[in-house]
Amino acid sequence: MTDLADSTASAATTTVPAREPLLKVEGLTKHFPVRSGGWGKASVVRAVENVSFEVRPGETLGLVGESGCGKTTTGRMLVRLLEPTSGKITFEGEDITRTKGAKLRKLRQDIQIIFQDPYASLNPRHTVGRIVAMPLQVNGIEPPGGVKKRVQELLETVGLNPEHYNRYPHEFSGGQRQRIGIARALALKPKLIVADEPVSALDVSIQAQVVNLLRQLQRDLGLSFVFIAHDLAVVRHFCERIAVMYLGRMVEIGTREQIYEKPAHPYTRALLSAVPDVTRLGSASRIKLEGDVPSPIDPPSGCVFHTRCWKAQEKCSAEAPKLLPNPNGSTSACHFPETGKLF
Amino acid sequence: MTTSTSPAAATVDPEAYLQVRDLRVQFPTEDGLVRAVDGVTFSVRRGQTLGIVGESGSGKSVTSMSILGLHNPDRTKISGEISVGGKNIVGMKEEQIRRLRGKDMAMIFQDPLSALHPYYKVGVQIAEAYKVHHPSASKKAATTRAVEMLDRVGIPQPQRRANQYPHEFSGGMRQRAMIAMALVNDPALLIADEPTTALDVTVQAQILELLEDLQREFQSAIIMITHDLGVVSQVADDVLVMYGGRPVETGSVEQIMKRPQHPYTWGLLASVPSLHGDANVDLVPIKGNPPSLINLPTGCAFNPRCRYAGQNGNRSFSEVPELRSAGEAGHQVACHMSFETRQRLYAEDIAHAGVAQ
Repeated sequence: MTDLADSTASAATTTVPAREPLLKVEGLTKHFPVRSGGWGKASVVRAVENVSFEVRPGETLGLVGESGCGKTTTGRMLVRLLEPTSGKITFEGEDITRTKGAKLRKLRQDIQIIFQDPYASLNPRHTVGRIVAMPLQVNGIEPPGGVKKRVQELLETVGLNPEHYNRYPHEFSGGQRQRIGIARALALKPKLIVADEPVSALDVSIQAQVVNLLRQLQRDLGLSFVFIAHDLAVVRHFCERIAVMYLGRMVEIGTREQIYEKPAHPYTRALLSAVPDVTRLGSASRIKLEGDVPSPIDPPSGCVFHTRCWKAQEKCSAEAPKLLPNPNGSTSACHFPETGKLF
Repeated sequence: MTTSTSPAAATVDPEAYLQVRDLRVQFPTEDGLVRAVDGVTFSVRRGQTLGIVGESGSGKSVTSMSILGLHNPDRTKISGEISVGGKNIVGMKEEQIRRLRGKDMAMIFQDPLSALHPYYKVGVQIAEAYKVHHPSASKKAATTRAVEMLDRVGIPQPQRRANQYPHEFSGGMRQRAMIAMALVNDPALLIADEPTTALDVTVQAQILELLEDLQREFQSAIIMITHDLGVVSQVADDVLVMYGGRPVETGSVEQIMKRPQHPYTWGLLASVPSLHGDANVDLVPIKGNPPSLINLPTGCAFNPRCRYAGQNGNRSFSEVPELRSAGEAGHQVACHMSFETRQRLYAEDIAHAGVAQ
């Protein structure tokens, strides 16, 4: 991965020297074995294929792409909820790809996750206090002043009433539940939070509340985020650097300006121009992608995007492009990168 | 509670295909009376698209269901008038409504996987919808028609696809199949309830474009129900913004998006992040949560979340604001604040945030 000189100098944090990446992912790959039908032929879903990136302390990296592009699988491998098929994950200079047992539990104090569905990710039979205190109990941590005080502090941090300690999840609205999930993720003072579509299940007006909360936490606590989302406008608002994925591969990565102002990969352009935009009334001229995303069981040869790309040439179906810096500044995997501004 | 929108205050285009006057839909429940829709008036001409915008619980889906007559009359109280092509739906017998459904009006649902029957082939389901209104059509003719429709909505190899089950389709293809089913009897009115919410942006762009093409071809009146202001700004001619079961602002898409007058519309615009403008400006969210329809706040239903409530003494809390002209022709807003105050507040607080930038 290139070292992008203009990416924001990391916000003041902790032990790691400013230029060292907090998280480094190299060649991460995940294949799921599947069988079509009960006795069908065994095959492999190539969910994530050779993905590499870095997250520096205090930085927010956005992972975007359509459903099935492997962004959630990548996020789950980062927090070690899924075992990578191959590749390497380094956290604070230490290889954590195969960490197990007590060491893994220790590691999870530093890397936490916020889930998409605030209804499914909270135990309906536990009080909010118990849910938020759970990470502390599991790790045998006795915070100064007691667990209850710490939990109430956390509830206050995320904008909930600390007196609601004894309530159950069903007594809260979707936005408030997502705040509970965030409080739980913050309980162990993590350094990195993987947020998997944290706002996509929420109403528009509530979405903005939670996005603002996350931005404020990021600023105040100097947290690093891997922010997974399909909403490109939300990602632009939250992330300094953005990685675009397609069919399990990373197709472009760059700073917010590079990706949103002058994207180089045709897929990034198509994705951005498909977003309906309030500032442009009526059906604006947009790049139209034909058809659907191909199956990850049998991805196209060469560049996986060539079946839907309007610029595709012979070379594209024969040879897979490498992730390389392009004239527009970002790093992209395309034989014929676009130049110039998007709009 | 004082009565809201008097029918006289809102405008109904007498030539419009669909005319809804002072529609009220209430559900008696154990916890109390749910006023899901409380005095909504609007109209849609053929060839035009009305966008209904609102969050969950704003009454937008209930409105569309009552236009199709899908509520159980034993458990629902409906008053007002819904005129589809000159026929009033309210109080009509189920049997009569069924004859209108599909032919005069049709619906595209949000989740095509639950709207399509998993056990029947897609082609069979579309053919069945056709045969309901063409009882004399042979099985073969109906199947041919189904394949034609699949082709029309852009499904490749329609012949083969008609013989597949819904689970063999991708999300976008399923939504196309559902559009094909809705259009198989050339309905004059098409209601699309969040038709693209479950889809990826690139597929969403395809579907929205398809709907526009079909509208040009068949001159249907379309109601697009959504919470996505981007979608509305792309497809709608007119917009109705709903909150707590009541209309709070209505006007042309240009008026609502460029010169919004209601603090709730402002809130929606300022809380949606934009692809342009300064990404580091904080969004201006609407505080609090949408209200319960059983126990709406007295006065203006938006008052607990409105940053400007109480500007006119006690009126926000005691009096339900009526839809009144907001300056321009066709633009109406239900807010107690004066036009001048709203202009000033919008420029000061809202114009720099979110997509309002």
